[in-house]
Amino acid sequence: MVHFTAEEKAAITSLWGKVNVEDAGGEALGRLLVVYPWTQRFFDSFGNLSSTSAIMGNPKVKSHGKKVLTSFGDAIKNLDNLKGTFAKLSELHCDKLHVDPENFKLLGNVLVIILASHFGKEFTPDVQAVWQKLVAGVATALGHKYH
Amino acid sequence: MGARARSACLTGGPVPRRLFASYPQTKTYFPHFDLHPGSAHLRTHGAKVVAALGDAVKSIDNISGALAKLSELHAYVLRVDPVNFKLLSHCLLVTVASHFPADFTADAHTAWDKFLSIVSCILTEKYR
Repeated sequence: MVHFTAEEKAAITSLWGKVNVEDAGGEALGRLLVVYPWTQRFFDSFGNLSSTSAIMGNPKVKSHGKKVLTSFGDAIKNLDNLKGTFAKLSELHCDKLHVDPENFKLLGNVLVIILASHFGKEFTPDVQAVWQKLVAGVATALGHKYH
Repeated sequence: MGARARSACLTGGPVPRRLFASYPQTKTYFPHFDLHPGSAHLRTHGAKVVAALGDAVKSIDNISGALAKLSELHAYVLRVDPVNFKLLSHCLLVTVASHFPADFTADAHTAWDKFLSIVSCILTEKYR
């Protein structure tokens, strides 16, 4: 069970407050599909994913990315109970979506890279370390109900 | 972007700091180093790693050849657990993204990720 200190929670929420969830979500999901093309296997219904520009401009990618990152925002409001927060989503990803939990780690790291590119110097090594802890916690929580 | 990356941001400082902050277990490979930010050990060692990556880029169609000696070093002397190459690669990407956001497009990100994963494979290919 991952535990965040008061300072870590403050670091997370203060950065998150400056994130445009819609833009960052689309970018994170888009980059996942571009950098790790095998992840496209989950998105057959999304239409044109044939090139980088097609993926990054795809409206379904943007809208789904926003959904995913909004749910990340819920995690941030419930840092003391990530497993509870993601219980239903965990069941969904296992039973209906059949997503290999390895993908949660990939997306988490893509998100960290995007935050680094948006925040530059502000995304210090210590800030990164807290976010690595968070994305690892979210990935674990999402995999928790797999059976 | 390669030359700028080498000179501006990869020389010793940010990458190991990020690695040791996010993945403290990686410090176990450096019990003989002063790991304080800016230490001479880190600067020298960081420069070595960056130079080796530069050699790999220059011989991008024969990375195996360019890194043959390093591959043996990692297999027989250093024996760094393979999982750590992913961690270091990730911290390299984070550093590049934070320094060159405009250049670090999705395609550049893909190319760097692919390059670093190939380098990692080559450095561990003689392990057994």
